[in-house]
Amino acid sequence: MDFTLIKERAEKNWKALENLRQPFIQIGMGTCGKAAGADEVYAAAKAALKAMSLLGRIMQVGCIGTCYLEPMMAVRKPGGPFIYYGNLTAKRTEEILISYLRDGDPKPEWAVCFTGEGPVDGIPRFEELPMIKPQVRIALRNCGIIDPENMEHYIARGGYSGLMRALRMNPEEVVQEIKDSGLRGRGGAGFPTGMKWEFARRAPGLTKYIICNADEGDPGAFMDRSLLEGDPHSVLEGMLIGAYAIGCNEGYIYIRAEYPLAIKRLETALAQMKEYGLLGRNILGSRFGFEIHIKEGAGAFVCGEETALMASIAGGRGMPQSRPPFPANKGLWGNPTNINNVETLGNVSAILAQGAKWFAGFGTEKSKGTKTFALAGKVERTGLIEVPMGIRLKEIIDEIGGGVAKGKKVKAVQTGGPSGGCIPAALFDLPVDYESLTAAGSIMGSGGMVVMDEDTCMVDIPRYFLSFTAEESCGKCMPCRLGTRQMLDILNEVCEGKGAIEDLEILKDVSETVQKGSLCGLGQTAPNPVQTTLRYFHSEYEAHILGKRCEAGVCKPLFHYEIDPETCNGCGVCSKKCSVEAVTGEKKKPHSIDPDRCTKCGACYEACKFDAIRIC
Amino acid sequence: MEQAVCQELSVESMPEIEGFFNEMRKTFKGSADELIPMLQRVQRELGFLPEQALLEIARLTGLSTARVFGTATFYAQFRFQPVGKNIIRVCRGTACHVKGSNRLLETIEEHLQVTPGQMTPDGLFTIETVACFGSCALAPIMVVNDSVYGSVTRSGALKLLNEIRVREAGLLG
Repeated sequence: MDFTLIKERAEKNWKALENLRQPFIQIGMGTCGKAAGADEVYAAAKAALKAMSLLGRIMQVGCIGTCYLEPMMAVRKPGGPFIYYGNLTAKRTEEILISYLRDGDPKPEWAVCFTGEGPVDGIPRFEELPMIKPQVRIALRNCGIIDPENMEHYIARGGYSGLMRALRMNPEEVVQEIKDSGLRGRGGAGFPTGMKWEFARRAPGLTKYIICNADEGDPGAFMDRSLLEGDPHSVLEGMLIGAYAIGCNEGYIYIRAEYPLAIKRLETALAQMKEYGLLGRNILGSRFGFEIHIKEGAGAFVCGEETALMASIAGGRGMPQSRPPFPANKGLWGNPTNINNVETLGNVSAILAQGAKWFAGFGTEKSKGTKTFALAGKVERTGLIEVPMGIRLKEIIDEIGGGVAKGKKVKAVQTGGPSGGCIPAALFDLPVDYESLTAAGSIMGSGGMVVMDEDTCMVDIPRYFLSFTAEESCGKCMPCRLGTRQMLDILNEVCEGKGAIEDLEILKDVSETVQKGSLCGLGQTAPNPVQTTLRYFHSEYEAHILGKRCEAGVCKPLFHYEIDPETCNGCGVCSKKCSVEAVTGEKKKPHSIDPDRCTKCGACYEACKFDAIRIC
Repeated sequence: MEQAVCQELSVESMPEIEGFFNEMRKTFKGSADELIPMLQRVQRELGFLPEQALLEIARLTGLSTARVFGTATFYAQFRFQPVGKNIIRVCRGTACHVKGSNRLLETIEEHLQVTPGQMTPDGLFTIETVACFGSCALAPIMVVNDSVYGSVTRSGALKLLNEIRVREAGLLG
């Protein structure tokens, strides 16, 4: 099929949707949306339209990034703006739809923002929201705006025009374009993508492979899932462009089995591409042909490493191999192979459509473009964000995230998951780019960003990550296999109050050995959480060892709860919450906790509205 | 880690597995790179990987049984023991950890009196932990069979378990 015809039709249908003469409702149906109850909202919206005998269109969209407002709905009356509502319940959905569509009152007090023609009284514009204002959306350009299961939406918004442009260039020019853009791998290590493509292109061999690494194994990261759920074609288009540039005809997507919705969306997208002649032989009338296979991972963090990933695709244990030979020369089944991360490929399609110069206009000198982050943990506004490189951590946490929740004090931010480190609040002026984060002892990583407050224990955090890496170490390199276990044992002792101050020296020693003596990124970076906390939060280690105290109230043997009789008003909520009857007291009189009975589960601490329960 | 010792199937379920493998032969060629997809398929169908199935896969692919067992036990996804009717998975990702998923897990363990990987004696529940579900913005996350629940409180989790219990009792009665 001719692409011009496809594009014309897609644009016509998109325009028709924009000019729809019926109420138009969009509901975010990503995994997060569904977890928060988007299915009920969908059903309620459908029922409300029916009850009012209104003809209307309900469309499912991906995640727009304001995850803390899930489930979300956007409502548009013919010719009007889209008004967004968040934290919906079935009842609230019905109330809004009846009020707005029937009675004409958009209920500004429940609305979050609007997009399109404005202004609307009492409702801010989407782009003006504090969470959205500092953001620049390149990889996430379509997320939450199009129906991810409708390829025409993607095409109407400029999709596949990058591929069209690439096919008119010769492959070397495409590689050069990516080099000029300054794009670096978004999976964490930040290797220049254009250079990687060039290696694979130049490698001798007739059969070559391109692999999309969607094995987003870092706990605390969900950028790739959201992108694949919200705009799968942007990644697939990037893959096609890469394949054309490298000169290969077969590709694999290696995706976690924990992402069933993303897998489903990819399968749908691939079927549509086949239908439109974007897969198979002679793509869009060119001499370029390409096939894509989906491979589901089986739950091994180490498979995010390139050589382990390929071993897993080939059907074996996912254990890394030493390099050289590099995958670009000898990869999958011994053939030259290029592996790119999901977000990298999502950027590739944008770069080819808009040009290298445009892309290089964002970011810093060495880190071009934008980066998506999964902002989670103890911030007011959690979500999926995309910011220009070079933005300061402070801006992300305070402006986009709205600061720490519940008025607590911020302590640190963790980037890069188990391979990254904890950056203390004192360093929040740091710009977010590959070099600055590495210098601070952390890494850019794939984009997990977990904010921690005073209730987070900085000895427990490395212990948590080490319990993960010790479990996930494939066991091939002894320093990693034994070292992660050794570090975990020490941290366990410290958290139990059995640590000695000399242990910290051993911990440092072992961490350096593991770093130097491991073959792959898992072992080389596993000590990062330990090293950064030792560097920035040494006093917490000392408090655990010398003072036998965990001030965050996390390490159970090192604290107890007490009720402050001055503040307690005897409301009784704590004693109701206690499952072991450790909290007692007369109504309206100060309560007390029996330390022998208390299991330190924290239920009373969380329940007390008057901050009367103290960690001692 | 789950126990890497395979449970054998009872004699009654043997014909079932034979029929299943006849189906498998139609969809898989038996090449080495199909090993993981085959294991995934068996687990989807039977809930776990019984010893007979692993031996059958070794025959089908021509790979050594050591290679098949070695690969299966490498990946966290595969189970070698039967599971309960409802699988309760608690996310242990970073954001969930920071938001108290360890306490959530403790509460569920205490309530059901089993630890992750184990099935309750009535066969109703199995608890599992998952490294990360990738819904971190709604931490802590709990997944019951295929439904994802966000911002789960301890009392909310127990309510959910009771609802399942009531529903199952209704099905039986």
